[in-house]
Amino acid sequence: MDLLIFEAPILMVQATLDGILLGILFALIAYGMALQWGVMNIINIAQGELVILGGYIAYFMYLYGIHPAYGVIISPIIMYFIGWGLYKTIIYRVVDRDLFISILATFGISILTQQLMNFIFGSDVVVAQSNFGTTFLFNYMVTLPNSKIFAAGVSIIFAIFVIIYMKKSKLGRAIRATAQNARAAKILGVDTEKVYAATFGINAALCGVAGSLIAITFTLHPYVGLPYTVRSFMIVIIAGLGNLPGVAISGMGLGVFEEFADYILGTEFRVGAVFLLLVLILVYRRFKLSRKREYLK
Amino acid sequence: MNKKILFYSVILLFGLIAPFLFPAFKLQMSILWILIVLSLTWDVQGGQMGYNTFGNILFFGLGMYLCSSIHIGIFFPLSEWTASGGEKTFLHTPKQFFQGFFIGLILSGLIPAIVAALIGYGILGLRGHYFAICTLGLGIAAGEIAGGIELIGAGQGMTSPPWPKGIGDTELRSEFFYFLSFILMIFTFLFLRWAYTKRFGLVLNAIRDNEDKAEAMGIYTMRYKITGWVVSAFFVGIAGGLMGNMIGYIEPVETAFAGRTFGVFMVLMAILGGKGTLWGPVIGAAAFHIFKEGFWTFFLGWQYVALGALIVIVVVFFPEGIMGWLREKYPEKFGEVIDEDDRKAQVELK
Repeated sequence: MDLLIFEAPILMVQATLDGILLGILFALIAYGMALQWGVMNIINIAQGELVILGGYIAYFMYLYGIHPAYGVIISPIIMYFIGWGLYKTIIYRVVDRDLFISILATFGISILTQQLMNFIFGSDVVVAQSNFGTTFLFNYMVTLPNSKIFAAGVSIIFAIFVIIYMKKSKLGRAIRATAQNARAAKILGVDTEKVYAATFGINAALCGVAGSLIAITFTLHPYVGLPYTVRSFMIVIIAGLGNLPGVAISGMGLGVFEEFADYILGTEFRVGAVFLLLVLILVYRRFKLSRKREYLK
Repeated sequence: MNKKILFYSVILLFGLIAPFLFPAFKLQMSILWILIVLSLTWDVQGGQMGYNTFGNILFFGLGMYLCSSIHIGIFFPLSEWTASGGEKTFLHTPKQFFQGFFIGLILSGLIPAIVAALIGYGILGLRGHYFAICTLGLGIAAGEIAGGIELIGAGQGMTSPPWPKGIGDTELRSEFFYFLSFILMIFTFLFLRWAYTKRFGLVLNAIRDNEDKAEAMGIYTMRYKITGWVVSAFFVGIAGGLMGNMIGYIEPVETAFAGRTFGVFMVLMAILGGKGTLWGPVIGAAAFHIFKEGFWTFFLGWQYVALGALIVIVVVFFPEGIMGWLREKYPEKFGEVIDEDDRKAQVELK
């Protein structure tokens, strides 16, 4: 256990800033999950794999000499169609069935995608260099890579864009109507199949954006998808479905928690701490609800 | 009744003479018995109780680490054993080996059961997908944390004690573990078969069908849920302890808290066979093991693609499993009486 962070308080500033920038990225992924959970009532375990897949698209652009930052435009377009295709092949069969079936089916997709990515992209840890440089704060005590600031900025822009799209556009209205009551929306002439496919596609596209940002700021590896799924699930259940400011705040909170856990417990326990936090939050909410004789369901 | 006795004794006989008939498949068959234990115990939650857990792998890994740690720890310093990696600086005498092993095996059943009882009150209060995701997180968190603890070898894992010198060769070793896992499987099966006929089994099914109503009827559902999880944890823990010794090497994420392999296998096997039935998990485990070995041998590298595809196909198209299909086809064999007129009327309606 390394308690350097308490001896040098400037590290707390570093950890907090890192955590907030990271958390904005998480919030973007969680927003996609909340959207599709709210509309289709599906928990997508393959969310993290979609993120990593989007990251690999940016990485491939980098390999072919295109600056990976353009990935935030290309990757969501490709990912939208991948998400759409996924819906049309598998997801539409599980939409109105038992929730566990959708969890298990997406878990299967997740394993399948992991291994396919392992074949196609190799099992090495890769990173797409953005060459954005670094910003120094407080007399070189705090270092912030510009790529992280860029990532956070792009995430905010995309999130605002999607929120406005949901409010103003025709498809956005249809999606919100379906989320409120799928049957009534169907009666009123909304093609819910199309809405579901579009929702899943938008979710995948958001994952693509987040993935290509992760490719520049962090590292990619075929098997690191599941932690992203769990993080976004956790953010959504803390914030509650349909609470967008809550998603942003709890995302940042989770990012800060992770950075502090990294400093205090050590890097090897970082992912473990995230998963343990999930368990603790769920159990805490269960006890809180059980006082009112209610339960999480 | 006579048929049943004949059937059981044929299986028992097969299990007893199989290692001598097919000596090359001894390890495979021992793994099959372990897989049957895993899927049977998963079915206590997933099938009978309706609580779809991904977290039973926690007890598997816990049992695996506990058995080997105790096995080593009561005779030698554990930290030196794991620090020396693969090189064996210490060697158990036969007496030490068996003493340590059986103490370790018993504790690897009891301690996971206690852990299940302790965490059960918090976690079994969750329902539906919250329970599923919470247990998924629990299993993975355990693997990540075990990968950070130096005493048990951190991310590199540890080796379980080798077979002691002077009492037979590797053949005897594999027979020893074969019969232990066979006995465990038989015992688990008979125990669950007995438990399902009691009030315990009825309450579990009531919880699955409607927990609120079961509670309103005055049943302490939490007590039964925890009991069910403790039973699962006990058998899964012992299975883990056996498995760790059988393969001789414990790695935190790949073998012990192996969410990607055994953690998924147990769910898939139970669903493949038909969850909520006694024989379903057994049949599912056997079918899955044959499928798995075929794929792992002939399509090496593609096995996880096949596994993922199999999960999607089974879950989406055959959620009732083999037993469900049989029940649909031969309802008389399952004791369902069909009113012929009623059936005809329904067919006409369609």
